[in-house]
Amino acid sequence: MENLLAGAELLMRWDVGIALLVGALGGVIIGAIPGVGPAVAIAILLPATFSLEPIVGLTVLLGIYGSSMYGGAIPAILINTPGTAANALTSYDGHPMTKRGEGHRALSLAYSASFFGGIFGILCLILLSPVLAVIAPMFGSREIFLAALLGIILVVFAHRGQVFAAGMLAMFGIFLNTIGLDAITYTKRYTFDLTFLSSGVNLIVVVLGLFALSQAFFLLTNPDSSPDTKPVSGSMTTGFKELWKHKRVASVASSFGVVMGMIPGVGEFTAQFMSYTYAQKTSKKPDEFGNGSPEGLISSEAANNAVPAAAMIPLLALGIPGEALTAMMLSVFYVHNVIPGPALFQNNIDLVYGLYLALIILNVLVLMFLMVSTNVLTKVIQIPTRFLGVMILILSFVGVYSLRNSLTDCMLAAGFGVLGLVLKRLNLPIVPIILGMVLGGIMEVKLRSALPRLKTPFDMIDRPIAFILFVVIVLVFAMHIRTLIKEFRTVQPDEDHDLHDSQTR
Amino acid sequence: MSRYTTLKVLFKRYRRPGDIVFAWFFFALSVFLLTQILDQTAYKSSGKLFSQPRFWPAVSLTGMTFFAALHLLASGLSERIEGRWKEVIVWGASLEYAGWFILYAFAIPYIGYLGGTILFAVLLVFRVGYRNRAIFIGAVCSAIVTVLMFKTFLQVKLPAGQIYNALPDGLRQIMLTYF
Repeated sequence: MENLLAGAELLMRWDVGIALLVGALGGVIIGAIPGVGPAVAIAILLPATFSLEPIVGLTVLLGIYGSSMYGGAIPAILINTPGTAANALTSYDGHPMTKRGEGHRALSLAYSASFFGGIFGILCLILLSPVLAVIAPMFGSREIFLAALLGIILVVFAHRGQVFAAGMLAMFGIFLNTIGLDAITYTKRYTFDLTFLSSGVNLIVVVLGLFALSQAFFLLTNPDSSPDTKPVSGSMTTGFKELWKHKRVASVASSFGVVMGMIPGVGEFTAQFMSYTYAQKTSKKPDEFGNGSPEGLISSEAANNAVPAAAMIPLLALGIPGEALTAMMLSVFYVHNVIPGPALFQNNIDLVYGLYLALIILNVLVLMFLMVSTNVLTKVIQIPTRFLGVMILILSFVGVYSLRNSLTDCMLAAGFGVLGLVLKRLNLPIVPIILGMVLGGIMEVKLRSALPRLKTPFDMIDRPIAFILFVVIVLVFAMHIRTLIKEFRTVQPDEDHDLHDSQTR
Repeated sequence: MSRYTTLKVLFKRYRRPGDIVFAWFFFALSVFLLTQILDQTAYKSSGKLFSQPRFWPAVSLTGMTFFAALHLLASGLSERIEGRWKEVIVWGASLEYAGWFILYAFAIPYIGYLGGTILFAVLLVFRVGYRNRAIFIGAVCSAIVTVLMFKTFLQVKLPAGQIYNALPDGLRQIMLTYF
């Protein structure tokens, strides 16, 4: 309780209030525009937040992360185009409801399910905190190395059907992180005697190139379009009554979101997919799924909104990001010399609780905003896509150039932008590169610091948590091989490949 | 419906045109980087294997080459998709916008953030095909809002334009600090 009050005290400032508003409203608007996902917005704003205090900067970014999926449901339901990749399944049932004249009902249900999922996730985070505070200090260098390794493996295996490409790109990310002067031996690694490579490849430059610039190039090289939306009328609070009738689905879906959010490399999409499948299997009307089922809509929105809070668990407790957005947030911690991990719960517990409370306020703010602004947002959706591309280019410049006023950084970012465009057009994943960079760096540092205690390779797993992590890694491999054998032997229906078309948002 | 009966079918993936071009490119890049490992990294005779500066580049590049080879194999064994060179041309088209971006970054220290951003927004909006006055007004307004938000309000570190030195004293100071 004392910690909770200390966290609340951190938020009692005008700049945090503004950060909450900017994050919440900005996130909803960004989420509602197909073509600008939270990753683009966070990448652009990241360098600007470096000059702010950690709680202010993190609140803005967390706000965008947590609220974008609320906004992303609007185009998913009204025009069958998910605003963010995590709203893909929302369109499956939301849009058929709109087509039969129930757009208002679908939106209202999506908002209430999102709110339920969001609050559920935060409550789990708060309840888990005392446990995390006990467990986190048990993680030493070996355990964090193994957890990061597990993260890389999961990221690769999570890209089903694209495992080779994901593996190749994750390794590329690890390689990128090694470029420059080695911090211990001061020897050059892959600098090719180029001065600008001596300081390495900056993560922010890569992030801005791969997420923001590539999106601008993607929009600018595609034909211009301006989605047409129709306004909806009626009270947006009615969804809560209907949500209550499906509380089991909402609770289970949110639980999926929490569990999947905690596992590195898995995230919203898997959570949404699993909860949707569960809801369909246990429904009395499974045939309605895909044709406007309220349960389908609830399962999808509750699951994806429970993820952001849960994704903060590995980040805060171990300093290990599970996906691209938390990887970007990690750099905010580093810039301010607040290192997430076991020590955070001992030294900066007020910041941890401050972030939890900020997430709660954020969800309330977003819901209030959506209750009155849905029809305004339907106008925002209509911004022409090429115009959006121009704006992303202008905003990306601030992000890249403000880092160190370097034209070389801009050129590098533009290069990564072209690579990102190619990956997006080929529908290959970008996230493994970013996680490879971040987790690769963590693995290198932690393995080195663990070395003095290692006499034999078995010393790596001679502590309980390290051993458990090792067993989990072996199990993940075993399960993947088992799945491959099973798929080889059984008849597979044609997959809905557009479901995985998640790189372009 | 498909049934995995041969190696070829097992490796078959959902692909897009141009996949094999990218697969070849990435494989060639991986092999090239791996061949440079002795030149581009050092090996300290006193240190342990895991703490060698060469260790992580070696691990990552070996992994990258291994996966790139499998990715290439999978692409090669899959059915050819028409339109690969058309797709490569689209990738090439993005280079033009990369050029615009670099030109914009190059021009800012000379013509200033405010002027540069407005000019860039208007020119690029014209370049991508808009001729509607409302879009141009929108571009100018968005450019001004961007400058006000980042440079004036958030004081993000961006260089002042050399052109501002030609302005009268009072105005010059304001422009140098806020725009």
